[in-house]
Amino acid sequence: MANYVGQRVKRTEDPRLIKGLAHYVDDIRLPDTLHVAFVRSVYAHARINSIDISEALNAPGVVAVYTGKDVAKIGPVPCASALPGLKVPDYRVLAQDKVYFVGQPIAAVVARDAYAARDALDLVMVDYDDLPVVVDVEAAAKGGPVIYEDFGDNIAYKLTAGEGDIDAALAASDHVLKQRIVHQRLAPVAMEGRGVLARYFPGEEELTLWSSTQIPHLMRTQVALMIGIPENKLRVITPEVGGGFGSKLNVYAEEALLGWISMQLAKPVKWIEGRRENIQATIHGRGQVGYVEIGCKNDGTITGLRYDVFADLGAYLQLLTPAIPTLTGLMLSGSYKIPAIQINVTGCFTNKMSTDAYRGAGRPEATYVVERAMDLVAAELGIDPAEVRRQNFPRADEFPFHTATGLDYDSGDYEAALNKAQAMIGYAELRKEQKKARAEGRLLGIGISTYVEICALGPSQAMPAGGWESATVRIEPTGKVTVLTGASPHGQGQETSFAQIAADELGVDLNDITVIHGDTGIVQYGIGTFGSRATAVGGTAVFIAIQKLKEKAHKIAAHILKTDVASVAFAGGHFSRAARADTTAASAPVVPVGEAPAGALPEPHTEGKSSLTIQEIALAAHIARELPPDTEPGLSATYFFEPKNFTFPFGTHIVVVEIDKETGDIKFLRYVAVDDCGKVINPMLVDGQLHGGIVQSLGQALFEEVVYDEQGQLVTGSLMDYALPRATHIPWLELGRTETPSPVNPLGVKGVGEAGTIGATPAIVGAIVDALAPYGVKHLDMPVKPETVWRILKGR
Amino acid sequence: MKRAISMSVNGVSQQHEVEPRLLLVHYLRDVLGLTGTHIGCETSLCGACTIFVDGQAVKSCTMLAVQADGAEVTTIEGMMKDGQLHPMQTGFWECHGLQCGYCTPGMIMAATQLIDRNANPSRAEIRHGLEGNLCRCTGYQHIVEAVEHAAKNSRG
Repeated sequence: MANYVGQRVKRTEDPRLIKGLAHYVDDIRLPDTLHVAFVRSVYAHARINSIDISEALNAPGVVAVYTGKDVAKIGPVPCASALPGLKVPDYRVLAQDKVYFVGQPIAAVVARDAYAARDALDLVMVDYDDLPVVVDVEAAAKGGPVIYEDFGDNIAYKLTAGEGDIDAALAASDHVLKQRIVHQRLAPVAMEGRGVLARYFPGEEELTLWSSTQIPHLMRTQVALMIGIPENKLRVITPEVGGGFGSKLNVYAEEALLGWISMQLAKPVKWIEGRRENIQATIHGRGQVGYVEIGCKNDGTITGLRYDVFADLGAYLQLLTPAIPTLTGLMLSGSYKIPAIQINVTGCFTNKMSTDAYRGAGRPEATYVVERAMDLVAAELGIDPAEVRRQNFPRADEFPFHTATGLDYDSGDYEAALNKAQAMIGYAELRKEQKKARAEGRLLGIGISTYVEICALGPSQAMPAGGWESATVRIEPTGKVTVLTGASPHGQGQETSFAQIAADELGVDLNDITVIHGDTGIVQYGIGTFGSRATAVGGTAVFIAIQKLKEKAHKIAAHILKTDVASVAFAGGHFSRAARADTTAASAPVVPVGEAPAGALPEPHTEGKSSLTIQEIALAAHIARELPPDTEPGLSATYFFEPKNFTFPFGTHIVVVEIDKETGDIKFLRYVAVDDCGKVINPMLVDGQLHGGIVQSLGQALFEEVVYDEQGQLVTGSLMDYALPRATHIPWLELGRTETPSPVNPLGVKGVGEAGTIGATPAIVGAIVDALAPYGVKHLDMPVKPETVWRILKGR
Repeated sequence: MKRAISMSVNGVSQQHEVEPRLLLVHYLRDVLGLTGTHIGCETSLCGACTIFVDGQAVKSCTMLAVQADGAEVTTIEGMMKDGQLHPMQTGFWECHGLQCGYCTPGMIMAATQLIDRNANPSRAEIRHGLEGNLCRCTGYQHIVEAVEHAAKNSRG
């Protein structure tokens, strides 16, 4: 069998997508479907005096209107993070007596078509009294109006973590550098917004929810609890999901509400989020303002790092809102030996949409802090930024490497990635060219980031709801292979990469494998796709399930071949009495179903053979007339893989920019990224993940920012105002790779979904700062707009 | 008051009475059941809803169905010919020009128009030609390669 793993295998999910025949939630049509639209708060903080729905109820096509009092029995929107002393506001699916952010759902209008529902929104009269608003996170921490009077202040939690005596470390340093660092709020903007279709069968008392989510099983558990339906009567299906980036790693008010409304009306109901709703009421990412202090010796050795950060949580806690800054704390050692590290988090309520996991989820913030701090050290000491990084790396033979944030990095060779990136870009020459350019008055900047990230989330000890992943692999009577994965991919391509793993391990053709995911009615319980975990944890579950399946097949093969297990070898899809020399033989043919009478299973022709294909074993296992004693019929295995550690991918990104002295325009000249994500299953998919991640980073560095005004009004409420990177904004990305396998799983894979968003931002900002070094610039806040640069150049 | 409209969609003649305010994309998706055309922003900024109207790539989320009365419309579902993928569809598959696939139909339509107008576009020209279409997954590089692939195969 040809080896699929490691090859650029074209995606098996693509034909339906490129033909326009795939089904996202809104593409699923059920007869008699009613449509839901939401009245959302236009105030950031207000008391609701009254809601008049009478006119809306009489509008053409309107079937029902629900407000907060109707849904008081639905449980609160859940937060899964349990931090000590955490204050948790009561987050109802429709606002009760107050609203706390612009976009908060107040009423649900149900109508016969989406246009009628939208029309009726304008007829719902909400009488508000506006209340004082808290927008700025540092102001929220220091006092000002209190959002939740019961809590006494706006601080949701405080947390301090880290190892080593940071005060002593900084006191003993030759230099201590300080910098305020802003990680602006971002909108994830999956191209498909959220959407829910719910159908309740009153006779069977069964509810099905189609939702654009990353976590069908976790959502099933939570929604069942919220609306009081037994979990085994609720089925969650994620059809095609048009991107997530963490924004669909959540349980939202609308998901529970749609299920509940369908139960009230005994009809299918659908809600498809509009883009304005998406930017208002789907979680935001980042939203931290922090103060870093880094200590170093005169020779560049880092002695300690402290980060005091104010996390802008928003008005409510969504599923993982308070946990995101803790991930920042974990990764503050970056790819360096830092003997003492301390993070002090102050999580604050503001009158804004919640922040939560957005691609990278707390780790881009950490990397940005550490990498910017390393640049400050380099500038202070006059050492090349690449060299100050190199001299603080743990060596390749120092892994597993323990950090002062309490982690044990699994494996790494940071210097190899740095060397490769420097070679690819011609670093030494580039610095000479920069010197020459500066002499000519040109503003050429070089930025570098040597990042490490935490992936394959994660051991269950470190996760709120289990960190394992599940897989079932079965070979059907006709020899087709079905893989059920608890991971729920949404664009990453695991239908292909998991089939690659299965094809190699079973010695069958890739096209005989179907990977099924995202349906709690079919797939065993799983956790989901997020935190760069699907392949490292979910792929490993597939791999080990196959080993279990093969073990059983091996016993059956020995029985049929009338020999003992030790005398049977498996290779190239065949079980044989003697070990086959040719392990790359053509794949085992599928049992010729055509030879069997219509409607009957083919007879296993096993008599007198010295070799059997795994498909022949599968058929024999289902016919079950020739099985060893005490062997269960069928050929299927399930495995729940619990990882013992996270994985830690790493790499080096180097960026070259040139700034236009007249306009402040930032032009990319080169972008080199060397990423090490462990063993690679499909290089084409890995490249795609890196490209996408880097470009989201570039969006944060240069364009993207969720802006609320001082009244808490969302200024960037549509794609007219929220600037996403477009094709013309992107430099050609030159990718390289090193491959350091992870010892954490048998595949040796680490994860790559978030690498680009973690490694790229500091390199891009670093390059701009470097270009502006002649103007005395040492740091700039994101997004770095041409206007910012122009003001520096012109001194205005 | 409803208006009678007729148009050819993917070579099939269609006649319906629709509300004058019905958007063309909703006509295609909800009346004709052609759900391959997606809606991504409702403000003509993302291009997910791109289709051909009388041979011109248009964003169908900001055009009314009644404005397409009498027109010849092609959607992503009409791109295959004789059971064969359009070279642009093949290009996207070969070069991994899609991940979640949501922007893909609109991207394929816009890119097809691009190479119809310029059979041998440079990478900069491809990027410029796709500026009206947003993709959040791919970072565009594989899309640029997909368009190059399709352009090469279309030239023969």
